[in-house]
Amino acid sequence: MAEQTALLELVNVVKHFDISGTFLDQITFKAGRITRNRTIVRAVNGISFSIQRGETLSIVGESGCGKSTLARTVLGLYPPNSGRILYGAKRIDNLSSQAMLAYRSKMQMIFQDPYASLNPRMTVKRTLEEPVKYHNKGIGASAVEEKVSEVMRLVGVDPKWAERYPHEFSGGQRQRISIARALMVDPEFVVADEPVSALDVSIQAQILNLLMDAQEQRKLTYLFITHDLSVVRHISTRVAVMYLGMLCELAPAKEIFSTPRHPYTKALLSAVPKLGAKDPNYIRLNGEVPTPINLPPGCVFHGRCNYADKRCKTEIPITTKLSEPTRVACHRVEEGKL
Amino acid sequence: MGHLLEVNGLEVKFALRFGDLTAIDGISFTLDKKEKLGLVGESGAGKSVTGFAVINLISKPGFISGGSIRFEEHELNRLPEEKMRSIRGNRISMIFQDPMMTLNPVLTIGTQMIETVLAHRDASKSDARDIALEKLRKVYIPSPEKRLEQYPHELSGGMRQRIVIAIALLTNPALIIADEPTTALDVTIQAGIMELLSQLCETENMGMILITHDLAVVSQVTQRIAVMYAGRIIETGPSDYIVNCPRHPYTIGLINSLPGARKAGSRLTQIPGMMPNLTAIPPGCAFHPRCRLQEPVCKKSRPALEPVSAPEHFAACHQVDKTVDQDKLLNLLNEDNQ
Repeated sequence: MAEQTALLELVNVVKHFDISGTFLDQITFKAGRITRNRTIVRAVNGISFSIQRGETLSIVGESGCGKSTLARTVLGLYPPNSGRILYGAKRIDNLSSQAMLAYRSKMQMIFQDPYASLNPRMTVKRTLEEPVKYHNKGIGASAVEEKVSEVMRLVGVDPKWAERYPHEFSGGQRQRISIARALMVDPEFVVADEPVSALDVSIQAQILNLLMDAQEQRKLTYLFITHDLSVVRHISTRVAVMYLGMLCELAPAKEIFSTPRHPYTKALLSAVPKLGAKDPNYIRLNGEVPTPINLPPGCVFHGRCNYADKRCKTEIPITTKLSEPTRVACHRVEEGKL
Repeated sequence: MGHLLEVNGLEVKFALRFGDLTAIDGISFTLDKKEKLGLVGESGAGKSVTGFAVINLISKPGFISGGSIRFEEHELNRLPEEKMRSIRGNRISMIFQDPMMTLNPVLTIGTQMIETVLAHRDASKSDARDIALEKLRKVYIPSPEKRLEQYPHELSGGMRQRIVIAIALLTNPALIIADEPTTALDVTIQAGIMELLSQLCETENMGMILITHDLAVVSQVTQRIAVMYAGRIIETGPSDYIVNCPRHPYTIGLINSLPGARKAGSRLTQIPGMMPNLTAIPPGCAFHPRCRLQEPVCKKSRPALEPVSAPEHFAACHQVDKTVDQDKLLNLLNEDNQ
């Protein structure tokens, strides 16, 4: 039943980056022979999930797990190496840029750093006008102006300030402006990549409230990328946990926080600092995150997992459906041992 | 017996074209051996400047304009620079946020560590190397001999921060100032670093000032917390009291604006507005324009830190009697948000 109403669907999406440089960079001379080596960063390795209309799906994971790459791939900012991305049951990953245009105004993005994502030489008004004018050729000047002040009011920035430049605003105000820019073209789907990570706590609450209000008023669907698990717990419908380009666990927010199944999810949640918790007891993981250049064989997490056995070292776990909404990629969970 | 560190009425100003700007406005606190004090606040509250002032590292146009800093029988802000150098980096060490910025990228870990020892001790190079190895083991760096030959870029973020801590320990300091030591790190790594720091305070008989914006982290590690706002300490006391029964409206707002304080999906309690710019600190209580409890007196006179119900718990607020019943205040705040 869920598959029909999905707004967005990812099927086995893979994104690799070749960082081996020019042909000459790739050549090495070893043991009397010339060999050519390619260095490939395996950022996203076969991720599948779907996002339902009106929900907030959060992707969590530590730095380098591929969550931002995945977000950009979804929006078509990076073409995937393989796999399919469907928006409203239509395939969008292989569209020409002309054909993609129609989807661009339905899908918008909010970036992490409001100091870097706003053009310092454009006034707020110009920043906000640009997407509307681009996506609605021939729209009248008064209609644009109306739209600008409507959206500015919505995000809580006084329309009087439309002629100001980004440097005249504080971090929180700037993030409001980037949210306004995303909302200008009335999108259905918004990807928010760490939208509150650069902000202070009291400002963070303001922006999260704004995002939740906008979702309610405009029936938005969010793909929320963040490493902050307390934020995730607060706003998400479902949560996907990523590790080294793989999906470890996908479950409704309530469930993932009350009964995490995957060993990595457990470790991650136990490490979250809790207000006033003395003597925190967190799960210690062995070693460090391997590089996505040399992925470990088998389960990517096996080297650090406290429960890994022989099978984990050789066989890549596939995400198994436990009870309907929960999916876990772990041999031990599948075997019923965890 | 005197305290390890005693700061009294410390004032830091920055001489600017249009006059002096007060960054720290008369703050006082003490710290004993093995004690951990958390300095919490949002950006611009003056937490880092306080840290720098203690080791007399305020650079021009900033200067310490008043107050006293007593450390181990020395009056630090009247000490000649030469004498100060024998204390800074020796008896007092500082750890910064980004380990990639604090380590020199073109020198090996070994060179940097040995250099530090030789700068403060009359030791041979091989003795210095032994000291370096000993400290690397203390911070649980695997295969320390190998690390001495490595460059910072060869190590992961968590490992780098451990090296920075090892460097801080080289001279057996009595006081460590840690300025956002885990802000740049992932949660699983953060948990390890925090555990290490708090364990070292015990084993090495050190005091620690932990500067951070993250209330949850501070509440897990420190015995006492001082909350800063616009260059002043507005509430201070045992961590349990600050977290569980805060009395200053700002602290109450801050704690309740954390996602996790309220039911998932509901609106977060937000503090309206933002921290004032230091050039325009409101008269009276600096927090009054954002405060739901303000009365005419708040605009006129600046509240001093007064003892509240619990021992050693102080808050600077005229309306502190009204914050006993926090539910009432929270209801007021949430009403405004709707």
